[in-house]
Amino acid sequence: MKKLINNPSDVVADALRGMAAAHPGLLRIDHENRIVFRGDAPVQGKVGLVSGGGSGHEPMHGGFVGPGMLDAACAGEVFTSPVPDQVLAATQGVDGGAGVLHIVKNYTGDVMNFEMAAEMVTAESGTEVVAVVTDDDVAVQDSLYTAGRRGVGVTVLLEKIAGAAAEQGRPLAEVADLARTVNANGRSMGMALTSCTVPAAGKPTFDLPEGEMEIGVGIHGEPGRRRVPVAPAREIAEMLLEPILADLDFGAGDGVLAFVNGLGGTPLIELYVMYAEVAAILERSGVTVARSLVGSYMTSLEMAGCSVTLLKVDDDLVRLWDAPVRTPGLRWGV
Amino acid sequence: MAAELDVDRLQAWVREFARTVADHRDELTELDSAIGDADHGTNMDRGLSAAVAALDAGPPADPAALLKQVGMTLVSKVGGASGPLYGTFFLRMAGAGGSGPWDPAAFATALRAGLDGVIARGKAEPGDKTMLDALAPACDALDAAVAAGEPFGTALAAAVDAGRRGRDATVPMQARKGRASYLGERSVGHQDPGATSTVLLLEAAASTLAVPQD
Repeated sequence: MKKLINNPSDVVADALRGMAAAHPGLLRIDHENRIVFRGDAPVQGKVGLVSGGGSGHEPMHGGFVGPGMLDAACAGEVFTSPVPDQVLAATQGVDGGAGVLHIVKNYTGDVMNFEMAAEMVTAESGTEVVAVVTDDDVAVQDSLYTAGRRGVGVTVLLEKIAGAAAEQGRPLAEVADLARTVNANGRSMGMALTSCTVPAAGKPTFDLPEGEMEIGVGIHGEPGRRRVPVAPAREIAEMLLEPILADLDFGAGDGVLAFVNGLGGTPLIELYVMYAEVAAILERSGVTVARSLVGSYMTSLEMAGCSVTLLKVDDDLVRLWDAPVRTPGLRWGV
Repeated sequence: MAAELDVDRLQAWVREFARTVADHRDELTELDSAIGDADHGTNMDRGLSAAVAALDAGPPADPAALLKQVGMTLVSKVGGASGPLYGTFFLRMAGAGGSGPWDPAAFATALRAGLDGVIARGKAEPGDKTMLDALAPACDALDAAVAAGEPFGTALAAAVDAGRRGRDATVPMQARKGRASYLGERSVGHQDPGATSTVLLLEAAASTLAVPQD
């Protein structure tokens, strides 16, 4: 294992110290509880947005804390959900009197820890908490016999859009409804060229020989649904988009936000190669691209590969997407 | 006379569980690499080490307080799915067993309450390829043996046997809960890490709780 770390067990704490040093003012970090707070939290009268999850997906979630997006993000161990105490402390720390929205990716551990935290918040205070769970991964096909679809790329888009709505002063119920709408209208599919190495484990999570790739991976180094020979980007784009387009009618309506996401070990030049293929397929399929996002925003440590997310958008969602945002990971209009 | 389970005996159980999980840490993580996210051994070891450290700092006064402290520590330290599941297990045991020394029947009742807590929290059922596949048959075996008036050591040995069979039976199963479920048919042929750590919990019970009293 070759990594830029000091000690495998200190990776998360050390990275949080780095975030604090790099973004003074913008962020305030509770090192004991491993929470990244917006510097001016709690914002009075604004719905607070709390997310979090295992570390190793940077910039998600801590890199999306700031005006126009999240109020706090709880950092778990690498690929391990945060614990209820963290979520409780984050919720209390962002409560500006208008309630708190929990944004939770659909993984067994994340859902249970956020549920326990919400029970603790209810027991300890009158703060209103609503949880929205993202589950946009079409690689998980049969939800009846699984823990359900995973929350992946849509989570980034949801955090931006719900964050803008909260910044406008919309009430909790409305922000939560909007978040559910975003989740319901987004679909994702990912693929990996390499595995990744969890620092505490010290070796790659799975073996992926030269010449083979995994289709339908998540973001935790877990194997995907099938292994196939490596193919040109054009064919990979087809493999990722076909199940997405089959799952939801993206042709109807005002258009889509098309998001090509790097998993951590793929250079931007390859992501643009992928985006070109994605854009071409969408054009052939009669899907209008209203907005796009290309880059590594939800990663799986150093895994090489990418995911594609499509989100159906209307005028309101596009306006919220375009609204100013100032976070370490996404920043425009300010 | 029936064995009496006081706070010291139960504390020995928790410490033995922590010791064996530390011993099997890499094996648990290895199993989790195959069908999960390669952190089960690391996470359980971290949580149980914290639980033992808390016991070292100040041992609780009675069985309920002990298991509550262990449960809260696991919920606070482990994360993932194992934290809420094992944490809820110990918290429910604490709630069901009462504060006085436990007899074998009280232990069996508490263990079943723990099982029910895991079912409620995880929304899984036996056959899903989870820790329940070891814990549920172990509870059944313990209940039956205790009801039949078997010595506690014999009853716990029966629970361990049932748990091991349940663990082994997870190998051919296709996972329907947790991260392994995302693999579909590819989860077949691998032993479930949660069922594996649950057998360590049962084995620790058998080696610590049934020591004959002087």
